[in-house]
Amino acid sequence: MLLELDNVTLHYGRIQALHGISLHVDEGEVVALIGANGAGKSTTMRAISGLRPVSGGRIRFAGADITNLRADLRTVRGICQSPEGRGIFPGMTVRENLDMGAYSRRDTAEIAKDLERVLTLFPRLRERIRQPGGTLSGGEQQMLAVGRALMSRPKLLLLDEPSMGLAPMLIQQIFSIITEINEQGTTVLVVEQNAQQALSRAHRAYVMETGHIVKEGPGRALLTDPAVKEAYLGVA
Amino acid sequence: MHFDDLVNGFPNLTTTGLTQGAIYALIALGYTLVYGVLRLINFAHSEVFMFGTFGAMWTWGWLGFGSTSGRPGLGTAIMLIALGLVVAAVVSGATAVVVELVAYRPLRRRNAPPLAFLITAIGASFVLMELMGAATGRIQFGMPPLLPSNPVINVGGWRITPLQLATFVVALVVMFALDTFVQKTRFGRGIRAVAQDANTAALMGVNKGKVIALVFLLGGLLAGVAAVFHNMKTGNTRFNVGFLIGLKAFAAAVLGGIGNLRGALVGGLLLGLVESYGSALFGSNWTNVIAFVVLVVLLMFRPTGLLGESLGRARA
Repeated sequence: MLLELDNVTLHYGRIQALHGISLHVDEGEVVALIGANGAGKSTTMRAISGLRPVSGGRIRFAGADITNLRADLRTVRGICQSPEGRGIFPGMTVRENLDMGAYSRRDTAEIAKDLERVLTLFPRLRERIRQPGGTLSGGEQQMLAVGRALMSRPKLLLLDEPSMGLAPMLIQQIFSIITEINEQGTTVLVVEQNAQQALSRAHRAYVMETGHIVKEGPGRALLTDPAVKEAYLGVA
Repeated sequence: MHFDDLVNGFPNLTTTGLTQGAIYALIALGYTLVYGVLRLINFAHSEVFMFGTFGAMWTWGWLGFGSTSGRPGLGTAIMLIALGLVVAAVVSGATAVVVELVAYRPLRRRNAPPLAFLITAIGASFVLMELMGAATGRIQFGMPPLLPSNPVINVGGWRITPLQLATFVVALVVMFALDTFVQKTRFGRGIRAVAQDANTAALMGVNKGKVIALVFLLGGLLAGVAAVFHNMKTGNTRFNVGFLIGLKAFAAAVLGGIGNLRGALVGGLLLGLVESYGSALFGSNWTNVIAFVVLVVLLMFRPTGLLGESLGRARA
């Protein structure tokens, strides 16, 4: 088990956002977390990456308890999140943004290899390499956010809404790349509102509602689950 | 109004203004660095500067050079200045980091509101100032004469003294070094990342606490450099020397666009020039009034300062 959340609760002030989330991600998997707006998907991601302190429960990663570990140290251990809203550093060039992904690494030769790999995955980034991140289109920023996360060579890649605001063709492309990244050996936990794409690509998935996990199963099985279909896939 | 003074004295007024402006710019960078990362006006920065003036003075005194000494040879003077710069930078840098660790970090840990930081900043400033006041008997101390006062350049009445030249050159070199550090190095990228998006920076593995300590340190080092040249320019220091100059350096940072490194340079130099020309035009009693009137008028038209806000952020 690479990542395990055990009965995690989290509050924003007096409002409880997570009501005892338990989930796990095994090495080599693509796991999707789907649910409506406000279900607590992004909050779960923030709990895993360490941006929000949890109020109860445990988080274990690669055998160690990381419940109270600082966010930057979780990155050093191999969790990297491409945040909701992409979090591109607007004043930095594409190259500098990618370098930020490798901030905690010192293996220069390997970083250069990963840079080449990312630029091969996303040829658009190579064309824009000297451009400030703030001047990229939404799709390009999403590619940059994913590419930047890969630059940390994470054991676990957390993707928060990678399809948000993208045209259908780009969504296809991003998910193909996620599959490709996974096949190259990176474990992926992806949060998505686009349940169709996420479920058809994921090995397993969790469905969230109002801070609870209400369903769990193989991605394809959930895709045909009547309740999931009705609620998230827009078909009755 | 003395237009003839301004016209006749223009070259020398420019030199004086740029020299004073370089000192403002060095201090302004400390405000701007911290603001860029924390959105905090570190009012204790004026005391960080003040500690530097004492650090250099005590070093010189300890080596036997006080206000009553004769002027040493040029070689000795340069050695003394270099040593003064190192000691003042270390003293100011350390003071700044201590302020961060003792005054601000505990507040951040408790998620204190911005106003708590502001009050703490003002409090820290008073504490440091009064500590030095108590330790030194609240009197003024003179500086040893170091550089010769005869001009190195004298063309048709336009004179540049060795001190003015040294101030300007060293300030530019130091600021260039800072700019290179922030733009080109890994730590510099870390600073810019935290300034632009602290949460995402943490996700990239940037230790925010370390970055914050680093910007306080950098600001302190620069204030120390400014302190040495201020010592030599005015020939004295006292426990409350930081108050007015700190306020003006802060104004210079706002003028250039607080949070913007190059803005601090532009704002500092501009403020120095305005003061210099203004005091020739209206008399030196009006220097401070003119400086702040210009600040207010300029901010009416450019509320984010001349070069705009934010550390290293290119406006898209």
